[in-house]
Amino acid sequence: MKRNTYKSLPDNSGHFGKYGGRFVAETLVPLILEVEKAYKSFKKNKNFNKEFHNYLKNYVGRPSPLYLAENLTKKLNGPKIYFKRDELNHTGAHKINNTLGQILLAKNMGKKRIIAETGAGQHGVATATVCALFNLPCTIYMGEVDYQRQLPNVFRMKLLGAKIEKVKSGSKTLKDAMNEALRDWVTNVKNTFYIIGSVAGPHPYPEMVRDFQSVIGYEAKEQIKKAEGRLPDVLIACVGGGSNAMGLFYPFLNDKNVKMIGVEAAGEGLNKKHAASIAKGKLGVLHGSKTYILQNTDGQITEPHSISAGLDYPGIGPEHAWLKDNKRVEYVSVTDKEALEAFKYCTKIEGIIPALEPSHALAYLIKKARKMPKNKVVIMNMCGRGDKDIFTVAKKLKINI
Amino acid sequence: MHHQDLLNKKFEELKKAGKCGFISFITAGDPDFKTSYEILEKLPNSGVDIIELGMPFSDPMADGPVIQKANDRALKNKMNLKKTLDLVKKFRKKNKVTPLILMGYYNPIHMFGVKKFINQIKKIGVNGVIVVDLPPEEDNELCIPIINNKIHFIKLATPTTNKDRFKKIIKNSSGFIYYVSITGITGANYKSNTKLETEIKNLKKLTKLPIAVGFGIKSRKDVNKLSKNADAVVVGSSIIKRVEDAQKKKYNKRKLVNYVLSYIKNLSFSLK
Repeated sequence: MKRNTYKSLPDNSGHFGKYGGRFVAETLVPLILEVEKAYKSFKKNKNFNKEFHNYLKNYVGRPSPLYLAENLTKKLNGPKIYFKRDELNHTGAHKINNTLGQILLAKNMGKKRIIAETGAGQHGVATATVCALFNLPCTIYMGEVDYQRQLPNVFRMKLLGAKIEKVKSGSKTLKDAMNEALRDWVTNVKNTFYIIGSVAGPHPYPEMVRDFQSVIGYEAKEQIKKAEGRLPDVLIACVGGGSNAMGLFYPFLNDKNVKMIGVEAAGEGLNKKHAASIAKGKLGVLHGSKTYILQNTDGQITEPHSISAGLDYPGIGPEHAWLKDNKRVEYVSVTDKEALEAFKYCTKIEGIIPALEPSHALAYLIKKARKMPKNKVVIMNMCGRGDKDIFTVAKKLKINI
Repeated sequence: MHHQDLLNKKFEELKKAGKCGFISFITAGDPDFKTSYEILEKLPNSGVDIIELGMPFSDPMADGPVIQKANDRALKNKMNLKKTLDLVKKFRKKNKVTPLILMGYYNPIHMFGVKKFINQIKKIGVNGVIVVDLPPEEDNELCIPIINNKIHFIKLATPTTNKDRFKKIIKNSSGFIYYVSITGITGANYKSNTKLETEIKNLKKLTKLPIAVGFGIKSRKDVNKLSKNADAVVVGSSIIKRVEDAQKKKYNKRKLVNYVLSYIKNLSFSLK
């Protein structure tokens, strides 16, 4: 690989350095090779790109605005802070960028049925939405614990016509939902397409999801050039599996003066229960790729914890692991408590209720901004809105609604 | 004698006698170390030709609910890869003739250390390894180091495997080919079909390796039917289901062991 680019991976075997790959049961290999082939030809196909961007514009409502958060900027008395407002997308998060891309691919491959996993329910809703749009039956796997804490999204998915399978195995959260979706896929391999929601899973998913999400970064680049006449100094995004962060970061990877920060969920603290796979995980293999994983010394996957269901995953996309090793992106973490404070603060001073996921990015931004000079420019990815989280927040604040 | 030879010899013997081999799968440490050792120890006298021993993992993606629960039971009782190897070591002290294969997922092995894993299984006499989530695309991880150490690395072929794919699979395969009879997870319903016979026959044209058929095989009828074409049959979930049932019935250890073994005998003796 040429040293002067960070954008040429994965290689032909689906690896980002030592990360990534295709660690799946043999039954699935012919299918993921087929997906890879279809995606490769799709990527170059003008009609596909036109169709994809047409839906992004007219159905999702892109481009999402790049908003100068003036009140926050003034209060923190530091750099200029911009929000990339992906929370204004149809369905309320960045997830739909990816589900649209994948369902167009699935349709082109002649697949008749869609499955997906979901944690917070955002990816589930985004999948159920495009399945309604394209009239394909869909089954969403959701851990029982997540099902209970994200009931509004469960109801939305049902309205959209999705079948929801409550997953009762393991820790009953996102990783178990993904196990169960993989089991479904192995069983129904011939007619089913699995829409994975993050930059995780076997090759080509980490690449494909990144590409579909990178519309975020490409737009932001144009928008900031218009607004400021230059590139930003810092990009900040939260990282669970890492799809919104990859989407924002990827188009800027070769702009070496743009610093990038990924914010993980430190839950109750890094020495307690958390979901910080980069800070505390060890190299391993889960759900089809080699990456940093939260596990015990026996190689058993441990249960992650975050107040945000969307960050509650014991792994991290393989490209993030690679970017960390190359020191291109800095990874930090913030706790449940800090995220909650940022959630409240942003709501009050900007009139934007952020999802608990980007509240993590926001919390770190607030800490960092106070130490930054005024002439700097920061873009934070507001990747989801917080309507879905009001029950979790109320419970945490001990308020009855 | 190399570790590979024991398994090769077994298949040669079976072939000479015109018999189909019986492979039983149990999870190491299910429901606990001691009980699983007692089952393991008695497998050779229960008509088992080749032993497949599962290495417990928290996230067994290709397994159905029965084997998932077995993994959970074992892990709850503090089973890990080191103790799984201890179990084999204990078994090998008394039995030096029955081929034993470890089966599982890659992450616990990766964490244990590939080099250390290979050194140890070599020392204690493991004859082969099956790792569900290591397809040929990832041969450099474990398959090639294992083969270089003269231990079998057994690969899976499935109904989604076409001819070209199969050629790729057998390239770095040894011991036998594990043919997954269905597209699905372990313990799903096996549907006997004529297509399966054709599939096995077609595979045999492409390889000299024995073909063992598994996934969803539950009855004497299944076993007998398959024995006409396959070199061996693998039974797993329905054996492990007996552990689950025995626990539900609150059987003591001795009764549980007998309950499991009598089921195995019922299936395996139909091949003798």
